[in-house]
Amino acid sequence: MKIAKISFTVNGKPHSLEAPPIKRLLDVLREDLALTGTKEGCGEGECGSCSVLMNGVLVNSCLVPVLQAQGAELLTVEGLANHGKLVVLQQKFLEHGGAQCGICTPGMMMAAEALLSRHANPKLEEIREGLAGNLCRCTGYMKIFESVRQAIDSAEKTTR
Amino acid sequence: MVAPASLREALQLLAQSPGEWTPIAGGTELMVALGVGRLQSKKLVSLWGLSELRYILASANEISIGAGATFTDMRNDKIIAQEFPLLALAASWTGAIANQNRGTLGGNIVNASPAADSPPALLVYQAEIELVSAGGTRRMPYKDFHLGYKRTVLAPGELVKAVHLPRAEKLPVQYIRKVGTRNAMAISKVELAAVGAMRSGKVAEVRIAAASLQEIPARLLVTEAVLRGQPLSASVVDAARKALLSEAKPIDDIRSTANYRAQVAANLLEEFLLQLAASSDEARV
Amino acid sequence: MRETAQSHFQKATEIVGTSAPRKEGVGKVTGAARYIDDIVLPGMWHGATVRSSIPRGRIKSIEFGDGIAWEEFVIVTAKDIPAKNRIALIMDHDQPVLADEMTNHPEEAIVLLAHADKTRLHEAVKAVKIEYEPLPAVFTMEESERQQAIVWGEDNIIKKFLMQKGDVDAVWNTAAHIVEGEYFTGAQEQLYIENNGVIAEWSDEDGLKIQGSMQCPFYVHKAMLSIFGLSAEKVRVIQVETGGAFGGKEDYPSLIAAHAGLLAMKARRPIKIVYDRMEDLAATTKRHPCRTRYRTAVDESGRLLAMDIQVDTDGGAYATVSPTVLSRATIHSSGPYSCDNVRVRSHAWATNLPPHGAFRGFGAPQSIFGIERHMDQIAKAVGISPEEVRRRNFLEQGKSTATGQIIRDPIDMHGMLARALQVSDYHEKRKRFAEENKTNAVKRGMGIASFMHGSGFTGSGERRLASVVAMEADVKGRATVLVSSTEFGQGTNTILCQVAAEALGIPYEDVGIAQPDTSRVPNSGPTVASRTAMIVGRLVHDAAHALVEKLREKNLLLNKYSAKEFRDACYAYTEKFGALKSEVCYKAPEGIFWDDEKYQGEAYPAFSWAVYVAEVAVDTRTYAAEVVNFYALQEVGRVLNPVLAAGQIEGGVAQGVGYALYEKVVWKDGRMSNNQMTNYIMPTSADIPNIEVYFEELACEHGPYGAKGIGELPHDGPAPAILNAVQDATGVSFCTIPLLPEDIFLRLQDPTRELELMEPVR
Repeated sequence: MKIAKISFTVNGKPHSLEAPPIKRLLDVLREDLALTGTKEGCGEGECGSCSVLMNGVLVNSCLVPVLQAQGAELLTVEGLANHGKLVVLQQKFLEHGGAQCGICTPGMMMAAEALLSRHANPKLEEIREGLAGNLCRCTGYMKIFESVRQAIDSAEKTTR
Repeated sequence: MVAPASLREALQLLAQSPGEWTPIAGGTELMVALGVGRLQSKKLVSLWGLSELRYILASANEISIGAGATFTDMRNDKIIAQEFPLLALAASWTGAIANQNRGTLGGNIVNASPAADSPPALLVYQAEIELVSAGGTRRMPYKDFHLGYKRTVLAPGELVKAVHLPRAEKLPVQYIRKVGTRNAMAISKVELAAVGAMRSGKVAEVRIAAASLQEIPARLLVTEAVLRGQPLSASVVDAARKALLSEAKPIDDIRSTANYRAQVAANLLEEFLLQLAASSDEARV
Repeated sequence: MRETAQSHFQKATEIVGTSAPRKEGVGKVTGAARYIDDIVLPGMWHGATVRSSIPRGRIKSIEFGDGIAWEEFVIVTAKDIPAKNRIALIMDHDQPVLADEMTNHPEEAIVLLAHADKTRLHEAVKAVKIEYEPLPAVFTMEESERQQAIVWGEDNIIKKFLMQKGDVDAVWNTAAHIVEGEYFTGAQEQLYIENNGVIAEWSDEDGLKIQGSMQCPFYVHKAMLSIFGLSAEKVRVIQVETGGAFGGKEDYPSLIAAHAGLLAMKARRPIKIVYDRMEDLAATTKRHPCRTRYRTAVDESGRLLAMDIQVDTDGGAYATVSPTVLSRATIHSSGPYSCDNVRVRSHAWATNLPPHGAFRGFGAPQSIFGIERHMDQIAKAVGISPEEVRRRNFLEQGKSTATGQIIRDPIDMHGMLARALQVSDYHEKRKRFAEENKTNAVKRGMGIASFMHGSGFTGSGERRLASVVAMEADVKGRATVLVSSTEFGQGTNTILCQVAAEALGIPYEDVGIAQPDTSRVPNSGPTVASRTAMIVGRLVHDAAHALVEKLREKNLLLNKYSAKEFRDACYAYTEKFGALKSEVCYKAPEGIFWDDEKYQGEAYPAFSWAVYVAEVAVDTRTYAAEVVNFYALQEVGRVLNPVLAAGQIEGGVAQGVGYALYEKVVWKDGRMSNNQMTNYIMPTSADIPNIEVYFEELACEHGPYGAKGIGELPHDGPAPAILNAVQDATGVSFCTIPLLPEDIFLRLQDPTRELELMEPVR
């Protein structure tokens, strides 16, 4: 297997590394960069626990060969909090039961981020659709919708 | 795996060593196969992000969707939303947001699953497909692209360049419905796409296509023939159902049964015909 | 001093009853929480498993094929097991760690491999060639019942029960109606989003250390002792952050831990084994498939006179938890109803499938599906409504259950039923639907399920567990709860800290909970059976009081004290007397009587009660049934944390929706053939209905501040409520789950078509 030189930024920080070009972006993040917040749940792009933002767009990192992340700007769950201070989305997931076992939570919050970057005030139907690629076995989704709703409503207040 | 900087480079590579390189676009299909071990020791040439392939351009006559356009690109395009709503809907039903951001129209077509969501829409819109190789390009009706189960006309070294949809004709009744295992992240069990128009109480034009009813995405020509020029009476609708059942050749598989697929497709046809009948300028009481 | 139920319950609380933030929540929303696959140890290698490709047969030979540098691998077979090649669990220790001469199910582990490079393992596993001499195998409980091929014991029966109350046979002649029915529930996969995984380390001096994703560190601990021939202090098991379990990590971790331990012992280095999804789906436990048969005698008004019930489960190839699942299915099979004459005959049948195991509800969802579907058929036969047949039969205070247990605690099923019908707008909707269904292609209906779930281990189980809980307070007055109860999303850490803080009279922020490490915490029992809040929580409460008592005994605290005074007292105590620690042990309540032979007596110290209502829509064009709205009402003693409690109900209901309408395990020759998330269908956020949750609270003396169990209750009710609603919508009675559109299609196409009934039992 050939080795490729890959450069990209993750959570605002530039990285250069060598990896087999076909190595999954998920594995590069978790192994090469020790960013273990992004999880593997299925390896087939069905569960969304590996979701990250690549150039602002939600992708399943288990399906991205690292060569295709060349030059990309990546955002993972570790990049959400501001120097340890939780962002509103994280705060609401914490307060409103959006996370139970927590394994789907990083991917779920990335999907919520992606949704909110496209819709400032999504309706419930749009929230359901935006998160439909992220499976949660613990919550039944209700408190995830609530957490997202609370994050939207709270952000609206602060921007006024 | 290599990522050529241009389409020309990619085509040269494919021409040099035919059969040795497998093109990979968004990877939503191939990376799964790789993980399961079905794609071992394959040389991959990445087409992701090539600007020569990722575009949606509207001219006066047609809209051209590059093979590298993602499902999200298609959903975001205003002309597709307005003039080709069935394609926008099909794109929105493919996987979920993350898959739509990476899956490409070209990848979907080349993967050639009879269950794919977009092909029925392309078929009823009478799409043309453009293929490209180091030797040049060729265009053909998309309906001629699929030869059999996961077999296409693609020659070695050839890629899908774009899909072109003619803008001229705008049939007033547009219908698409996908039946899957759940409301999102579902491979279709059956899907029906249809467009049509009534005139003077008779079917002036109708085009119907389905996923998972044959080994390829297919127009239901026998069913169309039964309908064209006919009023939508109970007996015509019944004849159309029977025609559909005669040309449907679905299978039993891990997701569903042949019988179910056929009957549901006939029900979807009837749902479309109800809409078509309601659009008639001489509405039946 | 043991407070009376009333006073203990009514005590105003400041922390218990509030939605205190999840104790380990920050790590979960920042990605800092470390699950087993996030942990990397120096020098660690990776392990993989070579599994049986046949359902049953003799293993003739194991060959290591060409093309692999085998000298780079560590290889383990059954010959490498130091002591006993058996997983010690509850009863029959029949499951081997590695198949030796015989294999009894597809995917049974035979050979283990380890290598430094994880990517080399897949190829190596494929290169191990195993020769078998196949033997006849059994794939369903019906085949097992025929006893033509004996695959377990003398008669394929892993366990059986005969539970009797009154005299069923004396009543048939007096009945106005005799109603019979047969109901079937399929296998269900727990589908925790984090696959099974462990890391094992071995040293000759310290022994075996296991870290992993698990529910019961002491179960794993106990299992390792007999496999490795080690004494208790030479095995250390630590639960790390666990991404969902639902019962699927109750007994299975002992097997994967043994595998990693064997490789670690041979490799002399840490070994990590983490399954990928396909392997986890195919090889690990599922919910037991179950068939229930009801023959019920009722009087003209629909009152139950007698219930003759058969419960049969498919246990898979080894006993594991089948006896206890069958026990719970048996005890719950008569529902929350009062009936003087009940007979339940139940069997767990062995088949050549991977052993079935624990999954939320543990037998109760299976038999409650039967009784709640059956009540609707009784209603039809008698000519009364589904709500009325339940009203006329509800258990009440003073009446007895099928095991003869007198209900001492107050219940309010009548009130809860009335409220459930009200919040769901049941009557209005049914009226409207009846009209609309005449012309709409989408038929709508409403369905009810009423049920109860016993908290804690059955009968003498809790006495035998003899759970121990400890508590420490440091020099700064910060307390630590020491239990083996594990957190896997359901809120263990949070509620136990809330109870401790409340009982100690200090802020929630000043209480922590130790990581479940068998070398540090006492054995408070497994985290199963809806026992954590009620049984362990009560012990935490008592341990807190015992700790305070220690301070009072030394005159460092008065009867009433402030948080600051507590802190000062801890400082003074620690300075003068050393470590401040209390320990309490479970004592079974007085007057509890349980006969393990006759299965009669007090089955559970307490029950939680519920009434659920489902609103469904059935599309006659696609034959798909969808849940549109769901109303979940339950009485759970005391809600310790409203957000967490509601989350448990919503999550359980979602799994119940999947159980009813989406989740089908497709078996092919004993193997799960749809072992990918793309083909095993669980509901997405686009599929789950709106779920409304309501709690009622009635005094219960056993739990902390009156709390009872809630973890499993919500998975008991959805499936029958949904299928009752489908019957209401379509007029057709479906008796099998999962109910897929293809099944609805077959029946609606041909109404005369009988269910594919299994052959009758001999």
